[in-house]
Amino acid sequence: MLELKNLSFTVDGAGRDTEIIRDVSLTVPDGEFLVVTGPNGGGKSTLARLIMGIEQPTAGQILLNGRDITALSVTERARLGVGYAFQQPPRFKGMTVRRLLSLAHGSPLPEDVCCEYLTNVGLCSREYLNREVDGSLSGGEMKRIEIATLMARDLEIAIFDEPEAGIDLWSFSVLVKTFKNLSKRKHKSVIIISHQERIMQLADHLAVIADGAVADYGTKEEIFPRLMNDLNDSCGFREG
Amino acid sequence: MLENFEKELLKTIADISDLPGAGAFNIRRNGESAGRHSTENIVIEPKKDKPGIDIKVMPFTKHEAVHIPVIVTESGLNDVVYNDFYIGEGAEVRIVAGCGIHNNGDCDSRHDGIHRFHIGKNAKVTYVEKHYGEGEGTGARILNPVTEVFLDEGAECEMEMVQIKGVDSTVRDTKANLAENAKLLITERLMTHGAQTARSDVVINLNGDGSSAQIISRSVARDTSEQIFYPRAVGNSRCRAHVQCDSIIMDSAKIRSIPEIAANHCDAQIVHEAAIGRINNDQLTKLCTLGMTPEDAEQVIIEGFLS
Repeated sequence: MLELKNLSFTVDGAGRDTEIIRDVSLTVPDGEFLVVTGPNGGGKSTLARLIMGIEQPTAGQILLNGRDITALSVTERARLGVGYAFQQPPRFKGMTVRRLLSLAHGSPLPEDVCCEYLTNVGLCSREYLNREVDGSLSGGEMKRIEIATLMARDLEIAIFDEPEAGIDLWSFSVLVKTFKNLSKRKHKSVIIISHQERIMQLADHLAVIADGAVADYGTKEEIFPRLMNDLNDSCGFREG
Repeated sequence: MLENFEKELLKTIADISDLPGAGAFNIRRNGESAGRHSTENIVIEPKKDKPGIDIKVMPFTKHEAVHIPVIVTESGLNDVVYNDFYIGEGAEVRIVAGCGIHNNGDCDSRHDGIHRFHIGKNAKVTYVEKHYGEGEGTGARILNPVTEVFLDEGAECEMEMVQIKGVDSTVRDTKANLAENAKLLITERLMTHGAQTARSDVVINLNGDGSSAQIISRSVARDTSEQIFYPRAVGNSRCRAHVQCDSIIMDSAKIRSIPEIAANHCDAQIVHEAAIGRINNDQLTKLCTLGMTPEDAEQVIIEGFLS
């Protein structure tokens, strides 16, 4: 279980403090599939980076299974079972897809297991195993490999940052079908940052993050109608 | 007989841990031959007028390899060797060279390998050369290879030249001349650390129509080491060439990369790319999110980059 308690994150921008995350408290129990949504620049990715430890909060606490992990490094959190699929995954010259998946898994993976992970994210595995994770892959391919690196790990909490971005619609619908089952098999709890209605439909709970704070939280049955109303009322909330 | 540490050196530079039981080879140790063997199709003979060997590969020889590694374990030795390769028409051969220096003394140890390749019509050569230095002494480990390649019509050559580590000073000089439809691929990988210096000059002359060349250079410079790369592709015909230099810079190292392309023919197509930069922060973070320490992550990134 992941608990965020009164989490705040302030940066010093142009001589004055800017609050990116404001007093966020959220609980993600075991078995939960939480979708975080909200406008661009609202603080969703920052929240994910705070949970992973890439950024340090200026106030508040992060607890994993009751243990305070706020002061732990990225490496330490990863070893406790926190995983994060980047919105824009970095590329590595000279590293093969198979090597990256093995690094994610923590030990060399047999070919057939690697292939399974790749097939699950819609990549023809034989073609990709020995390809390098470099500039020769498209944005969509990179995103799918990024998802596969999380599927190769048994995690306490898996965070996916806009997994759909850059993936074509056809592949996306295939991915959505398997995503929840796959992830639930490997991960105790899942947070997905997404704007896609189809991903929101998978959620047990939805959290709307706007202006660095939790603007709304509830089951998808509660949140969805309100979200749609907001969309109809103003264009300011709409995005791709 | 080879000592154990000499066997280790051989393994590092040529993937063999002793004198090979079969196949063509010449092992040079401290300026002298420590073993030589020819086969029916590959004949190795010592030169009469200067140190070195002539390696003759008969036309249409297939699936054979030659190992010609050099080890220097005597501190203060200055070894110069001239090796000429004559690859017959249509032959396909793999050549494994390389030099390992173990210097435990306070005098400089140096090896200059001067290699000339005459690659016959439609022949195919794969050449692997690894350079490596080790030892506790204050004496420097110096390697200054000169490589000259002549590719006849339709000949192909793939050269992989690697400096693993421990080489204090290197000046590499590589030249290639390509006839019609000849094809050349040079992959250079180099790592410097401490106060080491490395310079690599490459000139490729694309003289024949339909010839093509690719130079891929990847390097990592750490500590206070310095590197200079000067690859040049000269198109004298209807040809294609691509030069790519990519370096990771760390600590207080310095790197200069000066790719040059020249066309003396209106149908020459030549491209170059060059980049120098530190390890990307996102790459480090990504690997840390997989449970690696920042130090391990750095090592994995460098290993991949130089693989």
